[in-house]
Amino acid sequence: MNQQIISAAAQGAAESANPLVPNPWEMGVVLAGFAVLFYIVVKFVVPMFEKTFAERAEAIEGGIAKAEKAQAEASAALEEYKQQLHDARAEANRIREEARAEGAQILAELKTKAAAESARITEQAHAQIESERQAAVVSLRSEVGTLATTLAERIVGESLSDDERAARVVDRFLADLETQSAGAAK
Amino acid sequence: MIALALPAQDSGTFTPPGIDQMHLPAILPWGASDGFSKQMLLVILSVVLIASFFIAAARKQQLVPGKLQFAGEMAYGFVRNSIAKDIIGGRDFMKFVPLLFSLFFFILVNNIYGAIPVIQLPSFSHVGGAYVLAAVVYVTWIGIGIKKNGLKYFKLATVPSGVPWYILPIVVPIEIISNFMVRPVTHSLRLFATMMAGHLIVMIAGSGIEFLVMQENVLLKGASVLVLVGAVAMYMLEALIMVLQAYVFTLLTAIYIEGALHADSH
Repeated sequence: MNQQIISAAAQGAAESANPLVPNPWEMGVVLAGFAVLFYIVVKFVVPMFEKTFAERAEAIEGGIAKAEKAQAEASAALEEYKQQLHDARAEANRIREEARAEGAQILAELKTKAAAESARITEQAHAQIESERQAAVVSLRSEVGTLATTLAERIVGESLSDDERAARVVDRFLADLETQSAGAAK
Repeated sequence: MIALALPAQDSGTFTPPGIDQMHLPAILPWGASDGFSKQMLLVILSVVLIASFFIAAARKQQLVPGKLQFAGEMAYGFVRNSIAKDIIGGRDFMKFVPLLFSLFFFILVNNIYGAIPVIQLPSFSHVGGAYVLAAVVYVTWIGIGIKKNGLKYFKLATVPSGVPWYILPIVVPIEIISNFMVRPVTHSLRLFATMMAGHLIVMIAGSGIEFLVMQENVLLKGASVLVLVGAVAMYMLEALIMVLQAYVFTLLTAIYIEGALHADSH
């Protein structure tokens, strides 16, 4: 058994190469393979990845800038709306004030007009009443004359057809009447 | 897996798979060398996978990304922001994003191969690829340092400021060795060693399980279950390490570049 091992070891020593001695063909293949890989990486892989990274960074930064711009625009619009709202409120207040003043003015005018009208109507009524009273007085005077004459005729029983006499009697009667009413008024 | 054909199983002795089994027969043998190996195919496949995925993800360039674009942007953004921007700093990190990005996904995919059934072979379980990548990084950061500071860069990188003059004879050689000699070696071997060890563990576990199952003793057969459980746990750990190593390699690249850029302030 020992012999076998020894012989195997001897055989191995004869055949086995030192593991630290390289095979030049393999070195060549590794060098060439690595060179090809390195070339591909330098030429294609790294530039493509870096380009993608750069584009992505740019897209993210661009997105942030865009968002900031949008925010600024939004706040500007908000400011504008607030301003407009403020203006509109002031405008509304102004219009309301104007309307109120105008209303007051109209009311005052109407009051004056109404007062004038009522004064006028009162005046007219007074005048009418006066004229009607005058008319009544006139008509009463003539009617009272006739009535009195008729009455006197009936009471006296004498004919008062004599116009001159009748006129005298009526005048006297009226003069008495007036004196009486004047006395009553006093 | 090669382990399946191990002759040891016939004689009842377990011969674990070794470094030899790390080398699969060439798919397409040619010349004096080992020919076209599975690793080479996987490396080429990884370039096609990474390039097509990220071009497909980045092509649409939509501001609101779809699922594919979002996944691509997450992956790209991880290298861009968590590695390049955080380590190198705000002003000039963009220049180095392509390199860090290519490195991270190149290593990640080539490592993850080890966790995918059937493929099950991390490309960097062979040391050549790790040497190449570490050399690319080494040349890059020294170039950056010289471009930024001129030849004074070597003085800045090896003579730390604020150290008393009588300690300098000790410190300067240490700095030279650690910065310019050990750095690229550890940078490459860290990746290679973790990947190879992970692959080796998977191979040993696989052949161990098979060996135990082939035994006539029932108890030994049953013991294979224990190995299986251990193998699954190791597989999970390996998957974590595969991602972690891609991250560590890229992170160290970023740190080296940052050190070269700001050599005067270190």
